Amino acid sequence: MTEQRPIWEAERELKIRTRAETDPRFGMKPEARPLQEHIRLGVINLDKPPNPSSHQVTAWVKKILGASHVGHGGTLEAARPGRPDGHRSAPDSA
Amino acid sequence: MVTGVLPIALEDATKAIQVFLLSGKEYLCLMQLHEDIAEEKVRSILDEFTGEIYQRPPLRASVKRELRKRTIYKIDLLEIDGRRVLFKVACQAGTYIRKLCSDIGEALGCGAHMKELRRTRAGPFTEDEHSYTLHELQETKRIHAEEGREEPLREAVRPVEEIFKYIPKIYIRDSAVDAICHGARLAIPGIVQIETGIDCESPVAIFTLKGEVVALAKSELSTQDILGAEKGIAAKPLRVIMRPGTYPREWGSNQEQRRSRQS
Repeated sequence: MTEQRPIWEAERELKIRTRAETDPRFGMKPEARPLQEHIRLGVINLDKPPNPSSHQVTAWVKKILGASHVGHGGTLEAARPGRPDGHRSAPDSA
Repeated sequence: MVTGVLPIALEDATKAIQVFLLSGKEYLCLMQLHEDIAEEKVRSILDEFTGEIYQRPPLRASVKRELRKRTIYKIDLLEIDGRRVLFKVACQAGTYIRKLCSDIGEALGCGAHMKELRRTRAGPFTEDEHSYTLHELQETKRIHAEEGREEPLREAVRPVEEIFKYIPKIYIRDSAVDAICHGARLAIPGIVQIETGIDCESPVAIFTLKGEVVALAKSELSTQDILGAEKGIAAKPLRVIMRPGTYPREWGSNQEQRRSRQS
């Protein structure tokens, strides 16, 4: 994506192509999901503390919530020169 | 010191994580200059680093170290205190802020490095809305476990649909949902509503009429072309998020079978 404006400033309009109903017997509004489903299809906006790595923080969230698997979006690290663990920083990181 | 917005997806929501890798970011950055520099000069160099820049990923990068073009949407200089410069930057995904600081230092002729960084936005997620520290998250879990109240935990966990806040959406018929869950391409007759701003080959989100995400997809046509056509392929799923079987299967069977199943 090479827009000159960030995506959060884009303005969109909803166009109606046709009319249709949805059957209440299948699926449900996201806010109506039972807690377990809500977690299965959930995402946390975590405020990362300074010291542990994104990886460690993600593992803690997994443990706190008892989730079967988790993943983070966009590593947020301080990849300091000469760091002994040879950690490689992803883009979006420091 | 690097802190701030780190989106963490749970279980099936991890399938949507690549949206963050495409999303722009905002940071609050404290940069340390290596010599005294006049404020005016700092200002004008920061202006020069707005717009398209070329950046070579750092030595320890996880990507190939070739010169890349990145867009800096905006830099706001907030404060200069001696050799310390505090600024806010909005940038395209994949911009290295540490590198940006050292490149700014080079352009100033004095050298500079990044001292502290806080991410204030990752695509749809900002530090102001529904942001939780580990301790706060743990507390919501405790309240649920010990007091049996699920609301705080529910509030902390956001529905996966929020990841798609800024991705243009296509809303489809119930009858088209299960085929998409099985990886089929979205045909125009299955579309009910569509947002403007979709180009050919751009990321789109396929939603049900109840507002559930079905898949992240790549468009094959623009909004205009889709609205002007009666048939054809509109989008191809990249990542399916909804589980098959959530909606009834209405594909691969003829009208006759469908009727007999419903009766």
